[in-house]
Amino acid sequence: MSGHDLISEQGLRLDGRRANELRRIQCKLGVFSQPDGSAYLEQGNTKVLAAVYGPHQAAAKKSNHEEVIVNCQYSMATFSTGERKNRPRGDRKSQEMTIHLRQALSAAIKLELYPKSQIDIFIEVLQADGGNYCASINAATLALIDAGIALKEYVCACTASLANGDIPMMDISHLEEVSGGPTLTVASLPNSHRIAFMEMSQRFHLDHLPKVLKTALAGCKEVQVILDKAVREHLAHVGSAGDWQNVGK
Amino acid sequence: MLTNKIFLRKTKRGNILKIVREHYLRDDIYCGSEFCNDCDHESHDKVLSEQPTSKSRLYPFPHYLVLDTNAVLDHIDVFEEDVLTDIVVLYTVLDEVKHKSSSVYKKFREVIADKSRNIYIFVNEHHRDTYVARQPGESANDRNDRAIRVATKWYDNHLKETKRRVRAVLLTDDADNKRKALEEGILVCSAAEYVKSLTEHPTLQDKLSHKNYETESNKVAIYPPHLTPTQIHQGIKDGVLHQGAFAASRENYLEGSVNVEGYEKFVLVQGRDGLNRAVDGDIVAIEIFPEEKWTAPSEIILQDDNENPDDNLEEEANFLPQIKPSDSADRSPTGKIVGIIRRKWRQYCGILQPNFLQGATRHIFVPAERKIPKIRIETRQAEQLNMQRIIVAIDQWPRHSRYPKGHFVRALGPLGDKATENEVLLLEHDVPHSKFSEEVLSFLPKLPWTITDDDIACRVDLRDICICSVDPPGCTDIDDALHCRRLSNGNLEVGVHIADVSHFIRPGNALDKEAALRATTVYLVDKRIDMVPELLSSNLCSLRGNEVRFAFSCIWEVDDEANILHTKFHKSIIESKKAMTYEEAQLIIDDASQQHDIATSLRNLNKLAKILKRRRIESGALVLASPEIRFQIDNETHDPIEVEAKKMRETNSMVEEFMLLANVSVAEKIEKEFPECAMLRRHPEPPQTNFEPLVKAGRNQGRNLRCLFFLSLAIILYGGPGFEIETSTGRKLAISLDEAVKTDNPYFNTMLRILATRCMMQAVYFISGTTQRPEFFHYGLAAPIYTHFTSPIRRYADIIVHRLLAACIGADSTYPELLDKRKTSALCNNLNYRNRMAQYAGRASVALNTHLFFKGRTQEEEGYVLFVRKNALQVLIPKFGLEGTIYVSGKKGQGKKFDVKFVYNEEEHTQQCGNIVFHSFDPVTVRLSLDTSNVQHEKLVLQLVKPYIEGFSVRSITEEESNQPMDEPMPLAPKRKTRGGRDDNVKSKKKTK
Repeated sequence: MSGHDLISEQGLRLDGRRANELRRIQCKLGVFSQPDGSAYLEQGNTKVLAAVYGPHQAAAKKSNHEEVIVNCQYSMATFSTGERKNRPRGDRKSQEMTIHLRQALSAAIKLELYPKSQIDIFIEVLQADGGNYCASINAATLALIDAGIALKEYVCACTASLANGDIPMMDISHLEEVSGGPTLTVASLPNSHRIAFMEMSQRFHLDHLPKVLKTALAGCKEVQVILDKAVREHLAHVGSAGDWQNVGK
Repeated sequence: MLTNKIFLRKTKRGNILKIVREHYLRDDIYCGSEFCNDCDHESHDKVLSEQPTSKSRLYPFPHYLVLDTNAVLDHIDVFEEDVLTDIVVLYTVLDEVKHKSSSVYKKFREVIADKSRNIYIFVNEHHRDTYVARQPGESANDRNDRAIRVATKWYDNHLKETKRRVRAVLLTDDADNKRKALEEGILVCSAAEYVKSLTEHPTLQDKLSHKNYETESNKVAIYPPHLTPTQIHQGIKDGVLHQGAFAASRENYLEGSVNVEGYEKFVLVQGRDGLNRAVDGDIVAIEIFPEEKWTAPSEIILQDDNENPDDNLEEEANFLPQIKPSDSADRSPTGKIVGIIRRKWRQYCGILQPNFLQGATRHIFVPAERKIPKIRIETRQAEQLNMQRIIVAIDQWPRHSRYPKGHFVRALGPLGDKATENEVLLLEHDVPHSKFSEEVLSFLPKLPWTITDDDIACRVDLRDICICSVDPPGCTDIDDALHCRRLSNGNLEVGVHIADVSHFIRPGNALDKEAALRATTVYLVDKRIDMVPELLSSNLCSLRGNEVRFAFSCIWEVDDEANILHTKFHKSIIESKKAMTYEEAQLIIDDASQQHDIATSLRNLNKLAKILKRRRIESGALVLASPEIRFQIDNETHDPIEVEAKKMRETNSMVEEFMLLANVSVAEKIEKEFPECAMLRRHPEPPQTNFEPLVKAGRNQGRNLRCLFFLSLAIILYGGPGFEIETSTGRKLAISLDEAVKTDNPYFNTMLRILATRCMMQAVYFISGTTQRPEFFHYGLAAPIYTHFTSPIRRYADIIVHRLLAACIGADSTYPELLDKRKTSALCNNLNYRNRMAQYAGRASVALNTHLFFKGRTQEEEGYVLFVRKNALQVLIPKFGLEGTIYVSGKKGQGKKFDVKFVYNEEEHTQQCGNIVFHSFDPVTVRLSLDTSNVQHEKLVLQLVKPYIEGFSVRSITEEESNQPMDEPMPLAPKRKTRGGRDDNVKSKKKTK
């Protein structure tokens, strides 16, 4: 699709964003009461639910004396894409996604605090419009916080790609994913400037990597600000009975 | 920044798919006017001037123009003139233009890019106040119209202060839109009204398009109606209709063909109803007749000579072949065009047909390209334009009009002027020929150019090796040099050194982009249009004698049997010891007394080349022919004074052989290193049907010999049938071509080879990752893999190949675009297109000069009958490489009849007159002269001299000077030979003199 300009001359992308803008992110913590922690996150039209159970005692077989076992399960709803498609749990794509999620989340959780235990993280994609992995990570972070699990810091994820083979773009939508070039997905710990996970969907020339990576990391930082604000608002709301909203003021 | 509003757009496609997309509306999109103080945009974004001066009588106050899509599409030529300024282009409009016509879009973009025009693109679709959502039941078109009106209204209200105001005026040709705009209180008028109100610019009116949206007038319709797009779509889906590109016939304006997928042969379309207003290049919908109604291409040559500007039609039934069910072999699929899917109209060069009415405004325009119909235009400047070459664009072709309607775009210059004619030629072939811009030149190395130590460090120093170059005389862009020396182990070392252009042209800069656009240097007879600026092409890159230059070297170690033992590539510094012409090199080789370094190395090279060539031919490489000629140009007048056919010497073939070897070696190397993105060249094997004319010509040759001329000879020499040309493989073809020799007609073999050349497909560049490995094959050279490496000064593909090879050997780094398959494929398409056009332009230039050559002279020449047609003989004159037509029977209804009658034998493709029979390949003598009776349209005329036919032929000049038996000469337009394109084998180099 070479004739397709992902960024117009006026600097606007197909959906009207500029190159360095995220989609609108809306999120809510504590959406369910059954799990220990839960969160709902919308990143544009990508909508994700995350639920966290634990830490609870791990089965004897799996149990680890040193650190907690992080168990993830990622699944997509039948109705999440334009075409309805039955998605059995544990298909290859979900399995891969599960492993990737576990990798990034394990990097943020203080694993050593919960030996012989297990944390279950369930992620359900309700609507998929690009950047599913990022939305899942961001939602899972919120759910972990909601569950009160000790984290080193927020783990945030963002995608970046190249428009017209030159300009780096932040937070790729589905349309841009299919018509554009390769997508770089990064999950990072923004405060310590560490990268927990990084993946490329296709190849591009090495020369492009620094600027695309920079854009993705900048995206992660922005995501963190939004998540942090949501967490603070949530806490203020939860603790309003105990006059918590004035704590720290 | 974000307004955080999400609008959903839902579209359905295929098996009903709901697509939900976000659509962000912003508050940081500004109006782009200097007048405005509300919008806080940077001053450089303020494009529209503060107080635009009004040129229009209709709106004598400051205003900006807002354009509707139809105004842009129809009147792009008006906007190309820099009269209208301060224009707001809405994103909706830009998007619609882009989807409706890519050519208009391209032009429009150029107009917008012109800073002096003050044109601002307003992204109304993402502006908070001007976005409109599609309402239930509203068509997409209506929504867009509404969006345009809303945006116009917004501008009108936005640019308002207490005292002064800039208005917004909407230009639209859509009556409905105009009415609604008036109701909403928007200033609105049609583009034509607005242009007519510009009192200072009356000539702009000529450029208005004459499209009217009214339904068919009460005039009698000449053409059948076209189907609507939905009908076409349905028809194609049901398999009733087919889609294809229409190609008009050069020889018969009432005939053409459509290339339909799934049919091996072209689908034939004939007659006015069959063609149904299709113009060459259009994508059309075609209905294919049942097989019993199929016909064969008519064998006649027909030009639209009608001087009548009215819509009367001549009887056409006579020109159409009668369907004979018997000869099914000749018949090809036939159909009729029922609709146009996409017009491929462009602008056409040509002249005005003289109009005898004084002061008339309606004129007929005759395009230079014969495949294009005449065009009806309106102009008030006919007096000035009469003797000029002009450019015209087609607007529409209504059913009741015999010719399409168009409008005048611009004048090029006086007729017959060499510069104008060259300009026409370049324009017609889309050759970029403007001067190199300052930006491009800024990337040239600064003079005096010096070689730094760094340069030397990364190159192999070959300055002490005896390297020399062999080129055509007068060649200034020498891009290859050779050497050959005996190694201590007894083997030979052969080196091909190619100018290192990629050292000077770095990827991505303006110079590189310009070269990529031009793709190739174009050689006209008296002019060279360079791909890279002259400093590089004729100086720094040119491997001139006794000057130190950078080169990219390909070195082989070979034994005396020319077996390659070892190949290596490296960048080097060389100093050519001598720059020779082919002739000089040949003399050195032949002169045994010369025993210096250059002579021995040339002799060795020559020896090896012969072995290589033999080996290549044994494996099935073809030797084809195309008559090539060169002109001797008068130094002062630049008119051609003498014509001669190009001579092929041994040295030509010697250089060629090593270039081929280098190309193959490099192709193997880069394909191995970059299997996905190597730029290669392939030459597909032509489908067997392509060879039909050749096979037929070979067979007919047997019967031809019954001709009285050679009767006696034939009986002695050939009793049997004609030559059977085997075409199943390249090797068989090569052998059968070699065997088809007639002792009595030495040119016969060459003629066959010329025909064979025409059967070939075009060789093309491609990216290795886009094609299957077996298709890499180069048919003409019988090489499994091939590329272009040896002429980076004049071909862009070679520069890319140089960069790839440099990356292979670690001499240079890659860059993103080089390894991007999509981008390089797009580049290949451009290279292929430009190369084809450059070839056509070169031929057209030779034709033009042949024409000039015959100005004021008459000459008799030997020629050969190439084809026998129903009403004409096509004759090839080898000396000029010129192909011309002798009409043997006049057109019906025009009273052009000869005293003698020719009988056409369809079976054997012969024309008989009395006891003289004309076959293909028969030698004839013809008289060539220029018919200057019509100043505007000079034609080369061919008249038969020998064999002499009373009442038809002209007496030879030597025999009789005064008596001309024919008062009206038969017109002929000169045409170049060699349509097919195989450029590698026939000549590996082509340079200006």
